[in-house]
Amino acid sequence: MNCRSEVLEVSVEGRQVDEAMLALLHTILLHRSTGKFHYKKEGTYSIGTVGTQDIDCDYIDFSFVRVSSDELDRVIRKAVGEFKDAMGNGTDGMGQISLEFYQKKKSRWPFSDECIPWEVWSIKVNVVNLANEQERQICREKVGEKLGEKVINIVEVINQHEYLPKMPTQSEVDNVFDTSLKDVQPYLYKITFQITDTLGTSKTTWFCAY
Amino acid sequence: MDSDLSPQDKKDLDKFIKFFALKTVQVIVQARLGEKVCTRSLSSPTGSDWFNLAIKDIPEVTHESKKALAGQLPGIERSMCVEISLKTSEGDSMELETWCLEMNEKCDKDIKVSYTVYNRMSLLLKSLLAITRVTPAYKLSRKQGHDYVILYRIYFGEVQLTGLGEAFQTVRVGVVGTPIGTITLSCAYRTNLAFMSTRAPGEDEGAYNGVEDSQEVCTTSFSTSPPSQMGVPGKEGGVPQQVPVQPCHGAQAEHRRVSSCPPADHVPATPSSSGEDAETSSRSVGVKSGSPWGVLETTFTRKVGAFVNKPGTQVTTASLDLPFAAFAPRAYDLEENDPMVQPPESSATSSPLQGSLHSQGSGESGGPAQDDFVMVDFKPAFSKDDLLPMDLGTFYREFQNPPQLTSLTIDVSSQSMAEDLDSLPEKLAVYEKNIDEFDAFVDTLQ
Repeated sequence: MNCRSEVLEVSVEGRQVDEAMLALLHTILLHRSTGKFHYKKEGTYSIGTVGTQDIDCDYIDFSFVRVSSDELDRVIRKAVGEFKDAMGNGTDGMGQISLEFYQKKKSRWPFSDECIPWEVWSIKVNVVNLANEQERQICREKVGEKLGEKVINIVEVINQHEYLPKMPTQSEVDNVFDTSLKDVQPYLYKITFQITDTLGTSKTTWFCAY
Repeated sequence: MDSDLSPQDKKDLDKFIKFFALKTVQVIVQARLGEKVCTRSLSSPTGSDWFNLAIKDIPEVTHESKKALAGQLPGIERSMCVEISLKTSEGDSMELETWCLEMNEKCDKDIKVSYTVYNRMSLLLKSLLAITRVTPAYKLSRKQGHDYVILYRIYFGEVQLTGLGEAFQTVRVGVVGTPIGTITLSCAYRTNLAFMSTRAPGEDEGAYNGVEDSQEVCTTSFSTSPPSQMGVPGKEGGVPQQVPVQPCHGAQAEHRRVSSCPPADHVPATPSSSGEDAETSSRSVGVKSGSPWGVLETTFTRKVGAFVNKPGTQVTTASLDLPFAAFAPRAYDLEENDPMVQPPESSATSSPLQGSLHSQGSGESGGPAQDDFVMVDFKPAFSKDDLLPMDLGTFYREFQNPPQLTSLTIDVSSQSMAEDLDSLPEKLAVYEKNIDEFDAFVDTLQ
């Protein structure tokens, strides 16, 4: 099974980085999260309910929908915050934040469990500096339109219905889903980012959310 | 085609398609209400949240959807469409987008109905939630209010896109293959938002009936819980109670208003699926009973602020200086005797208030008879009710209405502008003559 890889590119102003990343990451996670599984006897399970909420961006003319889970939102915000700090404040730069969905494959001792990615979303960010308020206003609208296009791209890919891990049994559920949250259950994921500095060298940082 | 499906699968599939259609309409209409949507995640299933998603059911919307479906299901050449349009306060309207739930003939025989189809429908609803925030109509709907409102219309049958103008764009939300055909969900949206008047005489009168005519608020409860996964069919928790379906209304459903911005006498629309709120929701989301068009007129009538005089009433200097001075003609009489305003010891110098009342030339020009109004005695809080000069009230009024600067007195200002301009050359000549003096002065400053 090959890992599906999708790349999205956006150009934003420094103060828009957070919201742009949150919008795209949350849109992906909305589609890759289910309700909490409750296993019953006879090998059946029921699924909790996923709520959603609208989020308005402050620096971009854009609104997006995310899963109603403050816990999940905190994790993603933390990752995006670290990414933004690594990018530097107010400087031009390029970076890439990746959201990787994976499955764990148990290995026998002494080998550690294997993490097998099945879908990777890479968001390439180009940060620009703008000279005046008029440019910033134009940027607000343009970035909003661009994010809208990216959401449509994400939805197109998701609805191709390619590989998804099989629904696991109770003993295997932690190999497929992140069961640490109280209210929702995303597929196992990790977030990493790469920053390209002015010399053109990249540095990869792993942000392990689970 | 259907013969390959077991009866249970066929029954489940029909149910899924029906509720998928109903939830699709709810998501679209709620996304055009003009306010942010927020629903809670629940770790334990309630048994009534279709597709494991918290999507509230606005009863009026459900009622309209069922009316449009008229007992049928979306199928091949039987599309369910939700049309979103904008209507201005002047009565002009414009179609913004049309969401289409269609089915084509491409079948997926091997797909599992109770598991895969259900989960993919859930995924498609999530995609719909995302896409409804991205099309241009979303921003317009968030700003609706007094200038325009957003309307929705549900119809069943052939897709109509001619109202979207030329060069409309289409976005595909997603597809779900089923053993009886492939469900597709898409949106066609207008790109040219230039307005053309589409008012037709008499159109307004008939546009908003329907909700008030029907006394039957939707009583259907979707108590059939979704089946458990892993092939064990779920038990139906209750019997759906169907609202009697009115035949042949699907194709001609009228526009419904989608707005949570309350007109002056409206209850704000609060989408709710709880039973006790059903009736309230249905009344407030639609247009209130009575005169629908009248309600809209109220909404768009310019409001007149309190105490604003009608045109033609003179607004005097006094009325500008003194709060509630429109009552001054009557108050003038009162104020003569009011020790607060005219203390005995300051009678020699009339108070500024008195002066300003006099300066207008006529104490009676405060406006037409204000017999309906009562003079409000301007007594500041904590002030003593005695005859001392310069008590707090007098002090406040004096300094609220300071005497005019000499340079701005009426005598000076009575010079016309023309006279001012005429005297300018003369003044300039004088200044030029004394230019050396001015230069010397400037030098002393440096």
